Amino acid sequence: MNEIFYQHYWWFLISLLGAILVFLLFVQGGQSLLATMGKNEIEKSMMVNSLGRKWEFTFTTLVVFGGAFFASFPLFYSTSFGGAYWLWMAILFSFIIQAVSYEYRSKRGNFLGKNTYDTFLLINGIVGPVLLGVAVGTFFTGADFVVEKGNLTTPGSPVISSWTNGWHGLEALLDVRNLLLGVTVLFLARTQGALYFMNNIKDDTLFERSRKQVLVNGIVFVLFFLSFVTATLLATGYETNPLTGEVFPRAYKYFHNLIEMPWVAFMFLVGVVLVLYALIRSVFGQHYTRGIWFSGIGTVLVVLSLFFIAGYNNTPYYPSVADMQSSLTIYNSSSSLFTLETMSVVSLLIPFVLAYIFYVWRAMDKKPITATEMKSNEHKY
Amino acid sequence: MNDLFTLVDWSRAQFALTAIYHWLFVPLTLGLGVIVGIMETIYYRTGDERWKTITKYWMTLFGVNFAIGVATGIILEFQFGTNWSNYSWFVGDIFGAPLAIEGIMAFFMEATFIAVMFFGWNKVSKRFHLASTWLTAIGASISALWILVANSWMQYPVGMKFDPETARNVMDDFWALVLSPVAINKFFHSVSAGWVLGGIFVVGVSSWYLLKNRENFLAKQSIRVGAWVGLVGALVVAYTGDGSAYEVADKQPMKLAAMEGVYHGKKGQELIAFGILNPAKEFNNNEKEFLFDIPIPKLLSILATREVDGFVPGINDIIDGGYPDKNLKGEEIIALSAQEKMERGRLAIAALADFNTARQNNDTTAMNEARARLEANYEYFGYGYVDSVEQLIPHVPFVFYSFHIMIILGGYFILFFILVLVLSYKEKLPNLKWMLWVAILTIPLGYVCLEAGWIVAEMGRQPWVIQDIMPTFAAISKIEVASVQTTFWLFAALFTILLIAEVGIMLKQIKKGTEKK
Repeated sequence: MNEIFYQHYWWFLISLLGAILVFLLFVQGGQSLLATMGKNEIEKSMMVNSLGRKWEFTFTTLVVFGGAFFASFPLFYSTSFGGAYWLWMAILFSFIIQAVSYEYRSKRGNFLGKNTYDTFLLINGIVGPVLLGVAVGTFFTGADFVVEKGNLTTPGSPVISSWTNGWHGLEALLDVRNLLLGVTVLFLARTQGALYFMNNIKDDTLFERSRKQVLVNGIVFVLFFLSFVTATLLATGYETNPLTGEVFPRAYKYFHNLIEMPWVAFMFLVGVVLVLYALIRSVFGQHYTRGIWFSGIGTVLVVLSLFFIAGYNNTPYYPSVADMQSSLTIYNSSSSLFTLETMSVVSLLIPFVLAYIFYVWRAMDKKPITATEMKSNEHKY
Repeated sequence: MNDLFTLVDWSRAQFALTAIYHWLFVPLTLGLGVIVGIMETIYYRTGDERWKTITKYWMTLFGVNFAIGVATGIILEFQFGTNWSNYSWFVGDIFGAPLAIEGIMAFFMEATFIAVMFFGWNKVSKRFHLASTWLTAIGASISALWILVANSWMQYPVGMKFDPETARNVMDDFWALVLSPVAINKFFHSVSAGWVLGGIFVVGVSSWYLLKNRENFLAKQSIRVGAWVGLVGALVVAYTGDGSAYEVADKQPMKLAAMEGVYHGKKGQELIAFGILNPAKEFNNNEKEFLFDIPIPKLLSILATREVDGFVPGINDIIDGGYPDKNLKGEEIIALSAQEKMERGRLAIAALADFNTARQNNDTTAMNEARARLEANYEYFGYGYVDSVEQLIPHVPFVFYSFHIMIILGGYFILFFILVLVLSYKEKLPNLKWMLWVAILTIPLGYVCLEAGWIVAEMGRQPWVIQDIMPTFAAISKIEVASVQTTFWLFAALFTILLIAEVGIMLKQIKKGTEKK
């Protein structure tokens, strides 16, 4: 197996982590629904405790997504994080305030008050998905950076990756396609948050409210998703000459990627069908609670395929709009073969990790959350 | 250039701020995790419900502390990219790997099993719950292992080579990183320091209950578990601390010189048991090093070289060179002066520039020649960015006092735990109010000691982000100083507010005890 194999393999793993992260953003989506769906303390408590037992999966996946990017594609890590400074910092802030909120909100001695932490959860619930969507949107729309490795030999100014505008990532918010993806991710997260509540909480009132949220948020999500997909497939993208490494524009690049990688197109369609099936079945089925699983698997498949068309088929996954030749591909931004091989051995642990997560999730969710449990004296958020 | 240094200073300050806060919470997580695991094991084996109550009580405090540790941890990981992007590329091939492994092996383990630990009491079997508690504690330690492997590599870069074609360092021996003696010492030193803090915390809080004549069973039993964990931790800390000092002497002599305030080295060097540095002392003047000191003859030589009359270089020796030394490969050499190293560093950087030019011109001969020059001088690559020898000297008072605070408190903790255990088993502790107060007041000392240790390790290696290979001022991102200043103050405000919130909640939980609502 050569270097190219490992570069593809690691792009697959990055894509998988990204896809799982988008699925797990149902926690953030659920947080954004707390104020509208929880009409009294018990209802809110059931929702918070339902989400609170899963928040660390989302958080950990985000951290591992970052760590894996660092290890496998360090040039992306250094270029994007060091350049789109404000975008990433805003994402970080929104996650810091989430991390403490669950544990602190209902504890005595909490000087900020419960409402403050609920506001933190709301902020993270909205800002987190939108900004992560915007950040991933730049994989298709590009960013304002230049990479010049020769700068390393200039002691007074040795930085190799630099941003060419002073907005440092905030400019990504002004791009319509990025925003479309950001809003799409937000409403997907809200829809899945509601689907998760239907699955995880045993309460008729909340079940009905969740169903309504699935309908409303699901429709908004589908509209924005279709807009983003259409805009992306019609857009001019970049392509890399595999022999010279030269980057050049290509009309309908992402549409061509779907055509030229039919298995990705198939995966994309299966994913879309699964998500739609989950939405329709959950809205119209009277007691249907498994929508989150179909929607979750569908989401993972769709996001995977979007990452694939962003990085495979000689596509620079991080195009530079400031200097086309600085664009990052999975070939020019990856770690060395030795590191990729070593990390690949470690990645063999992933199925075991997924297996114990599945086992524990199942064991803990056998009994849905109830109002009675919230009234007990056990540990709760 | 001034802007560059302002940017470096603010970026360093931001990273230091985050790390200091992170290091307030993580050690307690490491220590309490083990203590809670032991307590639940006792419950599992005895079936005594009182032990279940004790376990749940400390678990609650663990949870409050854990959350903020997680919050500060994510920022550290991303700051490598946001504030130190050049570093992220230059060594990302090596440094990224432990971080990713940490995530895959440790974070998911913690994230998965902590939910069972808190909420699984009535949902899973007793045995599975106990396993989850231990797996949460083990996950925290594995997490520490990988981040400390990464940190140790920054202090002692091994298992890598420089690739001029991609202008970065690439890993060529994974096990050299993982099994580096610096990493092994650092891991056990840091994790056992967490046990010490956990022990101090449990003993201190329990002592408060004894003082108030409340929660007597919980307090007495917790003190024994906490003190044993703390004592074992303190002994491991002492042993690995000795190993760490030896490694520092071997691989980072400038750090050792700063730790002991040694300017002029000699054979049979004394260890300063206590000292007050002379503020007027600079490396290039003839002032005395100390205003007052209590030296222990020859001890530093023994600790640093394992020989009574081993030579320990001082700051001036390291600047001037000319003494017998070893290079990274362990070969005997005569130490180069700082100026010579800076010259070699410039040759290495110039060779890299020549290599790039030759590559653009497809001139293979010139590329090979430049590559050979680069390899011959690469050991000192980072010195090529250094303008003056002063930049090579860390802040001596900061490092010296931090080191001595750490050592003195480390010795005190061993005595403290022994005394607590003796008094506890003789059933005298509840009646000794002064000792209970000592135990309570030892809690802040635990934090002071651990932060001092972090300062020694990280301030002592300045200016190097990668020892000898990359100084901090070559590692940064190209962003505006104002941006970093803004985020620094935002982080400072947020962390401080969250710290106050945590302390408030902890105090209320302690005050509440195990009583039902």
